[in-house]
Amino acid sequence: MADTAITVEEARKKYGGKAGGYALDGLDLTVARGTVHGVLGPNGAGKTTLVRILATLLRPDSGRVEVAGHDVVRQAYEVRLRIGLLGQHAAVDEELGGHQNLEMFGRLHHLGARHARVRADELLERFGLGDTGRKPVKQYSGGMRRRLDLAASLITDPEVLFLDEPTTGLDPRGRTEVWSAVRSLVGGGTTVLLTTQYLEEADQLADRISVVDAGRVIADGTADQLKALTGGDRIDVVLRDAGQLGAAVALLPVPKDDVCVDPDRRLLSAPVTDRMAALSGVVRALEEAGIEAEDIALRRPTLDEVFLHLTGDDHRVKEPA
Amino acid sequence: MSAHTYALTDSWTMTRRELAHWARQPVQVVVNLLFPVMLLLMFGYLIGGGRGVQGSYIDYVLPGMLALTMAFGLEGTMIAVTQDLNKGVVDRFRSMPMANGAVLVGRSAADMLQSALAVFVLMGVGYALGWRADGGPGAFLGAVGLLLLFRFAMLWIGIHLALVAGKPEMVQAVQILVWPIGFLSNALALPGTMPGWLGTVVEWNPMSHTATAVRDLFGGTGTEHVPAAIVWPLALLAVFFPLAVRRFARLSR
Repeated sequence: MADTAITVEEARKKYGGKAGGYALDGLDLTVARGTVHGVLGPNGAGKTTLVRILATLLRPDSGRVEVAGHDVVRQAYEVRLRIGLLGQHAAVDEELGGHQNLEMFGRLHHLGARHARVRADELLERFGLGDTGRKPVKQYSGGMRRRLDLAASLITDPEVLFLDEPTTGLDPRGRTEVWSAVRSLVGGGTTVLLTTQYLEEADQLADRISVVDAGRVIADGTADQLKALTGGDRIDVVLRDAGQLGAAVALLPVPKDDVCVDPDRRLLSAPVTDRMAALSGVVRALEEAGIEAEDIALRRPTLDEVFLHLTGDDHRVKEPA
Repeated sequence: MSAHTYALTDSWTMTRRELAHWARQPVQVVVNLLFPVMLLLMFGYLIGGGRGVQGSYIDYVLPGMLALTMAFGLEGTMIAVTQDLNKGVVDRFRSMPMANGAVLVGRSAADMLQSALAVFVLMGVGYALGWRADGGPGAFLGAVGLLLLFRFAMLWIGIHLALVAGKPEMVQAVQILVWPIGFLSNALALPGTMPGWLGTVVEWNPMSHTATAVRDLFGGTGTEHVPAAIVWPLALLAVFFPLAVRRFARLSR
């Protein structure tokens, strides 16, 4: 199908080839051409295994995996012509300079010596590394190294680009640098598959998000659709006195188990269905019980809450002390 | 069209990469070349005196030191491959439409070049110390060829060990083990001077055959050890070359 850049059907992969658990346990995924797809999950969910299989670095034990219309096992060379990979660890030669790296990768993409040099100049310029091209990469900052890594993945304007936790380990500034670099790619027609542990990152960059846990996709959709999955809006109540949190939980119009309590912030949070009725009901109930609130607000759920809800870890009600 | 079309250009690109490393770290290159020279001087003058050797000890120890240098090359290869694997740059190579073997070919070419340089530096120093090759040009080239053949076998053992072990900790273990294996040879002393069982082990060490054959070729004193000095490295290659190539291809398992 011409509209599909990535197809994964029932992909399975055992950990390290040994008996035991599956890193991918029947994972399905479809990514439309020209979109940014976020793969969201905790450590060990199988995100890196998925990217390594898509980038032809690992073979799936079973299942069908196609990238840019080619099978990753049987047509690995065809796939490699069309992909770029930004792995978790900088995949550049630390001893060499930025320009030397890009020229080398250009030659290995068979651009020819002269074209490889020109392309290296272009990319260094584009990623704001123009004046650091001679320095060995080991002297680069974390953000610069990632940008060079990203430049190396874009030597041939790949059809499909894989970004495996592109901002893990970066400081906020490095993260912003990488985000803006990724945004600049979108619109150029490149399909991007991005894995992340940061819900904010998926929310910021991705058109669609697949939530992955224990080697399978447990939810799939736009950020808004995923947020709607947790049952819509939430009400947040901040009390003046943390000692009254326990009493206040009983006043909310939901089962006790659905209420999240954060004693440090003196905060109660609960899903609601009828926004207005819930708001006025809570205000009245608190008043009648003589519990003083500092703040009461209705809001959309965060992706963090969606994720915890989907992975079944959302009943972390902390009992007030 | 496939990746094979570019096997040669890709191998050359990978070799250039290694040479660029040399240019970036000239001190490292010089240190690597001087290390065997230091060993030669240590054994030739400090500890030397020749364990049961008739005639000039330098004529005995220089070929031994050449063979030892080739054997120690194993750890250099293993370190380089391990570092590449652990830094993720090999992942980028493997995700590119290049001839995959080029990574290993580039490694081999650079290591062989480094070893050839080491051989000539060591021979230069030996010459200054009074060592002479009296066997004629043919025998001289033959001796150099045997040394490099032995190094080539060590190279593929190094690549294989790096691919199997894959961790920097394992490199240390091999670094330590290479010493007794290197010295359990006739490189520096005659097996006759050792306890009987040890002498037997030493005579079986493939490196001893290379050292003896090279010694004989330089001295013009015969070729009886040459077949063993050819067969042993070839046998090691026959085992470790396919193992290493297979292991590299199986990184995707």
